[in-house]
Order: sequence, then structure tokens, then C-alpha cells
Amino acid sequence: MNRIDARFQQLREARQAAFIPFFTAGDPDLDVSLRIMRAAEDAGADLIELGFPFSDPVADGPTIQASYARALAGGQRVADVLDLVRRARDGCALPIVAMVSYSIVFKLGFENFLDRALDAGLDGATIPDLPVEEAAELFGPADERDFRLVCFVTPATTSSRVAMAVKHARGFIYYISVRGITGERSALPSDLAEQIQQLKAATSVPVAVGFGVSTPEQAAGVAMTADGVIVGSAIVKRMAQAAQEGKDAADAALSFIRQLGVAVKDPR
Amino acid sequence: MNAELPDGAGYFGGFGGRFVPETLMPALHQLEHAYEEARQDESFQKELDYYLREYAGRPSPLYLAERFSERLGGGKVYVKREDLNHTGAHKINNTLGQTLLALRMGKKRVIAETGAGQHGLATATAAAMFGLSCDVYMGDEDIRRQKPNVLKMRLLGTRIMPVHTGAKTLKDATNEALRDWMASFEDTYYVLGSVVGPHPYPMMVRDFQSIIGREARRQILEKENRLPDYLVACVGGGSNSIGLFHPFLGDESVRMLAVEAGGRGSGLGEHAASLCWGAPGVLHGSKSYILQDEDGQTSPVHSLAPGLDYPGVGPELSFLKSTGRLQCDAVTDQEALDAFRFFAEIEGIIPALECAHAIAYLMREENRTAEDEISIICMSGRGDKDLFEVGEILGLDSSEPQEDEG
Repeated sequence: MNRIDARFQQLREARQAAFIPFFTAGDPDLDVSLRIMRAAEDAGADLIELGFPFSDPVADGPTIQASYARALAGGQRVADVLDLVRRARDGCALPIVAMVSYSIVFKLGFENFLDRALDAGLDGATIPDLPVEEAAELFGPADERDFRLVCFVTPATTSSRVAMAVKHARGFIYYISVRGITGERSALPSDLAEQIQQLKAATSVPVAVGFGVSTPEQAAGVAMTADGVIVGSAIVKRMAQAAQEGKDAADAALSFIRQLGVAVKDPR
Repeated sequence: MNAELPDGAGYFGGFGGRFVPETLMPALHQLEHAYEEARQDESFQKELDYYLREYAGRPSPLYLAERFSERLGGGKVYVKREDLNHTGAHKINNTLGQTLLALRMGKKRVIAETGAGQHGLATATAAAMFGLSCDVYMGDEDIRRQKPNVLKMRLLGTRIMPVHTGAKTLKDATNEALRDWMASFEDTYYVLGSVVGPHPYPMMVRDFQSIIGREARRQILEKENRLPDYLVACVGGGSNSIGLFHPFLGDESVRMLAVEAGGRGSGLGEHAASLCWGAPGVLHGSKSYILQDEDGQTSPVHSLAPGLDYPGVGPELSFLKSTGRLQCDAVTDQEALDAFRFFAEIEGIIPALECAHAIAYLMREENRTAEDEISIICMSGRGDKDLFEVGEILGLDSSEPQEDEG
């Protein structure tokens, strides 16, 4: 069974939401990424979303964009990121999902990307610049390999497109909570819970919420209704601050992951 | 021949499409429907024609460059004078069309990306004339290189949004404009400046720019009573070229030449010749020829002409290259610079560095046409914006008398 499905099933039985931290592979270096991946489960993570650094990440705000730029400046290549996953598998049993631009996936060739990703130990991918229509021919090859291609839904997605996403959804649906790009927000939309409920009523696939979730309080709030909570920019920002102050970025990430994990698991 | 392209999903053969975050899909659908309605609405077309004529100064002349033709010693070379449009380039054709569409959609604010500043200026101009607020994203490096256009835009009431990321040029300005639009599309219209980006932009910008080719076709038939043998245009994103080429696509005897920025050489990072030296890839929302490394990371680009300094090219041009309908070549910085000076001296027209590439192509020995052949160059813009850069390189600022090279 795919690790993503197994984890969500286990959490569903425990009536708990999944906590999904995001960070960039190779920022500030591969060793930091590796240590976070191996310690993430103990710190309270249920899934890891691993960013593949990309030169032109249009869906991302300044925090993640800067993080990608640092990783690329450090010389990280796709092969290095895949190798990181392979090494992390010695000690990390969590499901790992790639966040990777379609520019990269298309250049490598979709089936080549799938085979290499699976071989390295990835369980699925979120491809933020690949809408469902353009993915039509990719779902088949992914399904054949038991690899999860995650679909996105936003507050502005029309009902007919929600239906399309639901039809193709595997692993989990990534619900983008806010308009615009990734990044921290002081407040999440007031009707978020209602929106999540509506989407959950339309699908049996778990719904995870990301974009804009930045504090343990917000994470706890989202965990009341969603099946999963994704936090990215707030973690990446803490890592960058730590690195700048000469502190250990992995420690900074893990201690924040611990706080968020507690909040998600015990939202009341 | 290709009048029916793109298909409903925005594809020109295997190129085009819509590779954007889910967040942008509603904005693109809204735009697609609004444009489809406008396209079929005669009053929209009439209004656009009115502004193109009364405000932009169309039709632009098709000028026979007699001395230039003589000096080349081949056939006649005509120049489509887009440099004579208001704001000094072909960009106004597109921004008047898109700004009218923005008004029709009830938007209060327009945004744009710009490299050389010509598209930013044309957007700022249309926004000022129609009373819309306007923000233009521009890379730090381009703000430095294109100061006159920055000052003009500010004078027109536009806010310049400096972009500090990446190479601080057009590609990065495009990223920022897309990010802005993702959060703002309910009241904001994104005026994209070239035939790139997600569907429907490549189709819509082509339609607005096709006025160049429609006029040129009519004008050459009036003057010569026959079609031209060659159409030559510079290609960055490709809007002036496809604007000239598109109305001739059905005329099989007409050959089309896309001239790209060969910069300092053919090594990755030294040029901006996506059609010549790139490969199919995905950037800024569509599949087309892209300059990227084997991991799909966008590669740095270089051209002396800031308007050609872009790592991608429109999907329709990519398609036309793949079918062999379009021929592509690259011209170096130095050749463009020589053409810039030569054309100014011999025709009294200072071309933009971008279209100096098209001129340079025709000046090559091996590209001389036969005496009975006719070429049309798209003079996409005037060179005022380049005077400081070129002046410095050529030493025109010196108070010493210039050596006579005539």
C-alpha cells in the first residue's frame, strides 16, 4: 500500500489530522534536510512535503522563492534531491511527497521522473503549475506505479472543476486556503471551515489545507475540520533566520515542527 | 492555413496550453470568455480601430528603403514602420486592445511586466488615456538600462514595481506580475506584453498584433501588385513577428524569417535564441521552445537588446518552427550594433536595437536577395530608448570630431 494512503487511513481511525511540514531540499544544505527528514516523525510530522528547488516558482511567495534560490546557488540538482530522499529512507518511514514544478517534470520526461522518484523513495508529488486538464494523460502512468499525483482546489475553483479534481484525486487533495501565493497570513478566511466541509462532503479522499497557515493556533484551527495541515513558509523562514544567526537550521525546523505537531494532534 | 489555431485548450500543435497554478485558472477562464465575446462584438472592434487610428496613428507606413536596398545590391526592402506609432513601437497595438478589454470587464487596475520598457510604456499610456490605475513590474537591471522609459511611465502616473529577484530582468518581472495577478484578479487585469504565457494570451496578443501584417499585406499589394518573397522580424517573445507573419500564413510563396538574439555566442547564457538553440519546455504557463538546463531550470540569457532578453518564445512560433514554415537564425550583438548605425546613417531612421537584428540579418552576404525579390522588415520600434547604451559603446558622447566612416 502507498505510504500516503496508509498514513491517512491510520490517522482517520485515530480521528486525527495529519501534520505535513514543507521545506526545501538543500536549503541551507543537504545535511540539514537529511537530519530533518530522519527526525520528522519523532517531532510529530505525518508526511513530508519536500520542495524541489526551481528557478521560477510562480506560485510561491518571497520566502520559498528565496529558499529555492539559496538551494540552487548551493549547486543542488534534481539528482542530488533524489539522492537525498534515498539516503533519508535509512531512518525515515514517513510518506514523502515532492513539490516540484512541471517545468522540471516535463524536461525530465514524466515517466522518467516517476521511475526515478519511486526508485528514490518518493510516494507522490504536488505539481503546483499543472492543472487537472493538463495532467489528463499523466494520471494513468502514475496510477500504474502506485504513485500519487495530488490535485489542487482553491476557494475560487468552480464546481465543475472541483468535480474534475475529485474524480482524479489520489493520496490527498491540496486545498489552497487563500488567494494568491504561498506565505504567512495573519488571518485565514472566515469561511474556511465551511469550505473544507463542503469539499470533504464531495470526496472520500483526505483534504489537506495549505498556503497561509503559519502559527500553531492557525494549524489547530484548520485541524478541527481538515484531514491534514500543511505548513511551509513559516518553517522555511525560521530555518533561514537560524542559519543567518549561525544557529542550526535543522534544530529550528524540528522545534517548530514539534509545536505545530502538538497543535494539530490536539487542536482543542 | 492556421487560422483555426489554437484549439480549444490553447494548443498550437504540441505547443501552448495552460500550465499555471489552480489559483489562476478562474482568472484565465474569465479572460478567455470575455475576449471571445469581445472578438465577436463589432462595436469592440470599431472602438479599437478608432483608437488605433486616432490615438496610435495607424496605419503605419510601408516604406521602401531605397538607399538601403541599393547598398545591399539585391531586391527591394520595405520597412513596416511600427516605430512611428505613438509610444514608438508596436506594443501599443496590443495594449490598446487589452486595456479596452479590461474596461469592458469592469477592471479598475491594470498591471504589466516590462523588459525594455516599451510594453510598460504602452500599458502606462493606455491606462492614462482610459483612466485606469497602473502598476508595471520591471527588473532592477532594466530600470537601470532603460531610464527614459522609466521616467516616462512615472510621468504618466504609473507605479514602477522594482523586481530584485533572479537576473532582475524580464523573466523575473513576469514572475512577479503573475504573482500579483493571482491575488488580485478580481479587480485587476494583467496586460501581458507578448505572445507568451498561458492560453488565451498567445492567441489574443497575436490577434491584436496582426494589424501589422494585415496592413502590410494590403500595402504591398497596392504598391507592388504582388506578395513579398520574405518577411523578416526580430523575435524575443515574438509579438511583432507573429503580428507581421500571421496574415501571410496562408500565402505559401511568402517565406518567414525569425531573427533571434545571438548575443555573444551560442553557449548557454550567452544569447537569447530560444528557437534556434533551445528545446521544448514549459515556462510562464505554456509549452514552447525554452532555454533551460537539463534539469528544467531556466538558464540565464543575454542580449544587447533588452526587448529580446527572454529565455522563451511564443508557442505559435514554436509550432511554426516545428513544421518548417518558419526559418530561424540568430544575429550577434555586434552585427546588430553595426546594423543600428548603418541604418541610421543611410536611411535617417534610428531603429531599436531589437529590430536592428532583423536589419543585420538582411545585411549578411549570404542573405542577399535577388534583384526581383521583395522583402518586408518589421521595424518594431525606434531606437531612442537605446541611445545611452549605444552612445556609450560607440563613443558618441565624445567631444572630439567623429571619424568619417561613411
